[in-house]
Amino acid sequence: MSASDANLDAALHSHGDTHGHGSTRGYIVGFVLSVVLTAVPFWLVMTGVLPGMVATALIIFALALVQILVHVVFFLHLDTRSEGGWTLIAFIFTAVIVVIAIAGSIWIMYHLNTNMMPMPPGTISDGM
Amino acid sequence: MATTELSPADADVTWHLAEQESHDHGGNGATMIGFWIYLMSDALIFAALFATFGVLSTAYAGGPGPREVFELPLVAVNTGLLLVSSLTYGLGMLAMERGQAGAVRLWLVVTALFGLGFIGIELYEFSHLIAEGSGPQRSAFLSAFFALVGTHGAHVTFGLIWIAVMLVQIGMHGLILENKRRLMCLSMFWHFLDIVWIGVFTFVYLFGVIR
Amino acid sequence: MNEALIRTIFGRLTLDSFPITEPIVLWTFVVVALLGIALLGAVTYFRLWGYLWKEWFTSVDHKKIGVMYLVLGIVMLLRGFSDALMMRGQQAVAFGPNQGYLPPEHYDQIFSAHGTIMIFFVAIPLVVGIVNFVMPLQIGARDVAFPFLNNLSFWLTVAGAILVMASLFVGEFARTGWLSYVPLAERQYSPDTGVDYYLWSLEIAGIGTTLSSINMVATIIKMRAPGMTMMKMPVFTWTALCSNVLAIAVFPILTAAFGLLLLDRYVGTNFFTNDNGGNPMMYWNLVWMWGHPEVYVLILPVFGIYSEITSTFTGKRLFGYSSMVYATVVITILSYLVWLHHFFTMGSGADVNSFFGIATMVIAIPTGAKIFNWLFTMYRGEIRYEIPMMWVVAFMLTFTVGGMTGVLLAIPPADFVLHNSLFLVAHFHNVIIGGVIFGLFAGMYYWFPKAFGFKLDPFWSKVAFWGWVIGYWLAWTPIYIVGLMGVPRRVNHIDDVSLQPYFVLAAIGAVIILIGILGFVMSIVMAIVKREQLKDTTGDPWDGRTLEWSTSSPPPPYNFAFTPMVHGLDAWYDMKSRGYTRPLGGYRPIHMPRNTASGVILSGLAFVFGFAMIWYIWWLAALSLIGLFVVGIGHTFNYNRDYFVPSEEVERIEAARSHLLGKATGA
Repeated sequence: MSASDANLDAALHSHGDTHGHGSTRGYIVGFVLSVVLTAVPFWLVMTGVLPGMVATALIIFALALVQILVHVVFFLHLDTRSEGGWTLIAFIFTAVIVVIAIAGSIWIMYHLNTNMMPMPPGTISDGM
Repeated sequence: MATTELSPADADVTWHLAEQESHDHGGNGATMIGFWIYLMSDALIFAALFATFGVLSTAYAGGPGPREVFELPLVAVNTGLLLVSSLTYGLGMLAMERGQAGAVRLWLVVTALFGLGFIGIELYEFSHLIAEGSGPQRSAFLSAFFALVGTHGAHVTFGLIWIAVMLVQIGMHGLILENKRRLMCLSMFWHFLDIVWIGVFTFVYLFGVIR
Repeated sequence: MNEALIRTIFGRLTLDSFPITEPIVLWTFVVVALLGIALLGAVTYFRLWGYLWKEWFTSVDHKKIGVMYLVLGIVMLLRGFSDALMMRGQQAVAFGPNQGYLPPEHYDQIFSAHGTIMIFFVAIPLVVGIVNFVMPLQIGARDVAFPFLNNLSFWLTVAGAILVMASLFVGEFARTGWLSYVPLAERQYSPDTGVDYYLWSLEIAGIGTTLSSINMVATIIKMRAPGMTMMKMPVFTWTALCSNVLAIAVFPILTAAFGLLLLDRYVGTNFFTNDNGGNPMMYWNLVWMWGHPEVYVLILPVFGIYSEITSTFTGKRLFGYSSMVYATVVITILSYLVWLHHFFTMGSGADVNSFFGIATMVIAIPTGAKIFNWLFTMYRGEIRYEIPMMWVVAFMLTFTVGGMTGVLLAIPPADFVLHNSLFLVAHFHNVIIGGVIFGLFAGMYYWFPKAFGFKLDPFWSKVAFWGWVIGYWLAWTPIYIVGLMGVPRRVNHIDDVSLQPYFVLAAIGAVIILIGILGFVMSIVMAIVKREQLKDTTGDPWDGRTLEWSTSSPPPPYNFAFTPMVHGLDAWYDMKSRGYTRPLGGYRPIHMPRNTASGVILSGLAFVFGFAMIWYIWWLAALSLIGLFVVGIGHTFNYNRDYFVPSEEVERIEAARSHLLGKATGA
C-alpha cells in the first residue's frame, strides 16, 4: 500500500469509523457455514426424513436464524465496536420491530380471520 | 452580558475546537451508519411483505398451492448462486483493502454474473408460473408470493445496475476514497439481500412445501 | 384524430377531467390561477428567479431547507383549513330537509383531502422543517449528515403536495378517507383517479420523509460537537432523534401497504380484495402499524419544543432531564405496541383487544411524567409570559383533555360505542391541535428571530394565539358532545334537527380559528414591515440556554466559525455563565457542500411519473422513470460536491457580527 493509500485509509477510518474488515479466512468460513446451513434444510424438506411437519419446521427455522447470524458476523462484520455500538443498536432495534410486525400481524390476523372471515354461502341468512 | 471575575477553573476552559477538522478528503464519516440505517428501513419493507405473505400464505382461492408451483431444486440452485455471489463480493472487498483496482473490478464482474444468473432463473420461474395461469392475479397467496420474491428480485436488479456503475466509476477514477465508500455501501446492500433471501427460501419455499 | 391514438397519448385524461361543470371548484381554480399568475409575474418582474434558484431551491443548507418546509406547511395549512371551513359550513346547515351545498361525493373528497393534507403536508413538513433548522445548530454542527439528500427529501415532499393539489383541478381526489379505506379503494369500487392521486402522492412524499429521517438520525449520531455526549444533548434533540427513529421504522410499512394497494389497482393482484383470497383487514393492520407511531413522530419533537421554551422562559434548567429522556424513549418503544386500538371493532376478540387496550393506557404514563416535569420546571421559576410561554400553558390545559379522552377510548368496550363517532374526531383534533399545532406555533415564534434576524409581530401573534385557543375550544367542545350522543364521522347530512345548534357553534369556532390563522399570516407580514423595530441584534433574544442562541440571527451559512466544545447540559447557558468570550481571530477555511439542482429535477420527474401513472399515460411514465434513473445515476458521476469558504470570508462575516454586537451593547 502506498503512502497516499495509507492516508486515504486513515481518512476512511477517521471520525471514529470502526467498521470491521474481513479476512479471506473469515469469508470462506462464513461461506462454508452458510452452504451447510442451506443444504441441510433443503435436504430435510426434499427427503422428508423427519417425522411430522412441526419438527422439520422448527429445525429449518432455527437454522435460518443461525445462518442470518453467520451472514451478519462473517459478511457484514457487525460487532459491538462498529460506529461506537450504533450499528449493533440499530440492528437489534430493527430486529425487534420486525418481530413485532410479523408476529403481531400473524397473531392479530389469525384472530380476525377466525372471527370475521366470510362463511360459505348458506351459512347465514342473506341481507347482511 | 456583565463580566464577572472568572474562577481559575473557568478561565482555563476551552470553548472551541481551534483546529479545523481536516475534511479535505470529503465527507463527515456518516455514510456508513447512514447507509446501514437505510438498510434497516428496507428491512422493514420486507417485514411488511413477509407479514403479508404469512397472513395470505394459505389463501389459495381454489388455485394452486405451494407444492404445485414451487420447484425446490431450482430454488436450491438459485440460493447457491446468490450465496456464491456474496462470497465473491467479499473477496472483491478484500482486494479493495489491498488497493487492487483491477482485482476489484474482476470480482465485481464475477459477482454480477452470479447475480444475473439468479435473476435469470427467477424470471424463468415467474414467466413459467404466469404462462400456466398461476400469475399474481390468480390468488392472494400468489399475489403475496410474487410481491415478496419480486421485490427482492427488483432489489438484486438494482444492485446489478449499481455494480455496473461502480465498474465504470472505478475505471474512471480508480479506488479513490469516495469510490471505496460506495463499494462498502454496495457490500452492505448485497449481503443484506442475501440475508433477506434466507428468509425467503425458508419461509416461502421450504415452509410452503412442508405445509 | 384517431380515438386509439388520443387514448395512447393522453391515457384516461380527457376534457371531462377538468371540473368545468362544478362552479365551486371552477371558481377556486380561477382564483388560484389568478393568484398564481400574479405571484409568478411579480417574481419575474422583480427578477427574483435567479436569486430563488441559487439561494433557495438548489440550496443544501439545512436552515434554508427548514424554512422552505415551513413555507410549504403554512401554504398547505391554508388549503387544508379551507376544506375544514367547507365541512363546517355544510354541517352547520345540512339538517332535516336541507341537504346543504356539498353532495356526498363532493363532501367525501373534502374530508379525505383535509386529513391527507393536514397530516402529510402540514404537520409533517412543519415538524421536519423545525427539526431541520434547529437540530444541527443545537448540536453544534455545520449541516446535516447528507445535505443533498436533505434537499431531495424536501422536493419529493413538494412533488407529493403538488400532486394532491392538482387533483382539485384535474380529475378527482380520493373519497376513501385520509387512509384510503379498502376494499372501497380497490379499482372495482373506486375506478377513477382519486385513490391513485392519493397513493402516488403519498408514496413519493413518503420516500422524502423516510430519507429525511435517516438523515436526521445519522446527523445526531455522528455530528455532535465534541463533549456533547448523549446525555448532554438538548431535550429537543433527543425528541428529534426518537421521532426520526420512529419514522424510519414505520414509513416503510406504509410504503409497502400502499404499494400493495397500487398493485391491486394496477396489476389486479388480490391483497386486499374481497375475493380470490384477499384480506382487507390486513391493509388496516399494516396501515395502523404505521399510523399510530406516526402521531408520535409528530408529537415528540413538539414535546421537545415545549421543554426548550419552558426552561428558557422560566430561567431554570428543565426539571428531571434524565426522566424526560427516559420518558421519550419509553413512549417511542411503546408506540409500536398499541396500533390495534384503531380497529378494536374489526373483530379480533377479547384477548387481542385487551392487550392493546392496556398497552394504550400505559403509554399515558410517560406522557404524564413529561407534563409533571414541565410543571415542576415552572414551579418557583421566574416565568416570563411571552408568547411562546402562553402557547405552552394553552397546550397543557388543552392537550391534557385530549389525552384523557384518548385513555377513555383505549378501553375497548367504550370504543365499541365511540369508534368512528365525532367523539373520536374531537379527540384526535384535541391532541393534534392542542398538542402539535400549539407547539408548532410556539416553536415558530421562538425560533423565528433566529432564522430571520427579527421577531414576529407580537400584537398579531397574540391575535393568532387567542384565535386558535378560543376557536379550538368553541369548535370542538360541541363535537365531543354530539359524538357522545352518537353522531358518526364523515356524514354530510344529519336528520336530527335538534343537534343543529352544536354544529352552528362549531362553525363559529372554526371561523374564530380562521381569525387565528389570518393573525399568524399578519404577524409575518407586519414583522417584515416593522423589522427594524423587531430586530434581534445579539442572536440571543430570549436569553436562551442551547447552542443555537450562540450564533448570530440569522446564523452564517457555516453556522459556527469554530466548532464549539461542550462541557455540560444547556451548553450555551454553561458558556455564558462561565465567562466564555467569542473568538475574534484565527479563522480557518470552512468546508461546505455545494448547491445542486438534482433534487429539484429528480422530484420534478417523480411528479411527472406520478401524474402519468395516475392518468394511465404509459409512455410518459416510462420516459420519466428512465429519466429518474439517468438523472439519479448521472448525479453520482459528479464528484465535485464541496468547496471551502475562505478564511477571509469567515473573517468578514464574523467582523460584521462583532460590529452588530458592539452596537447592541453600546460598546
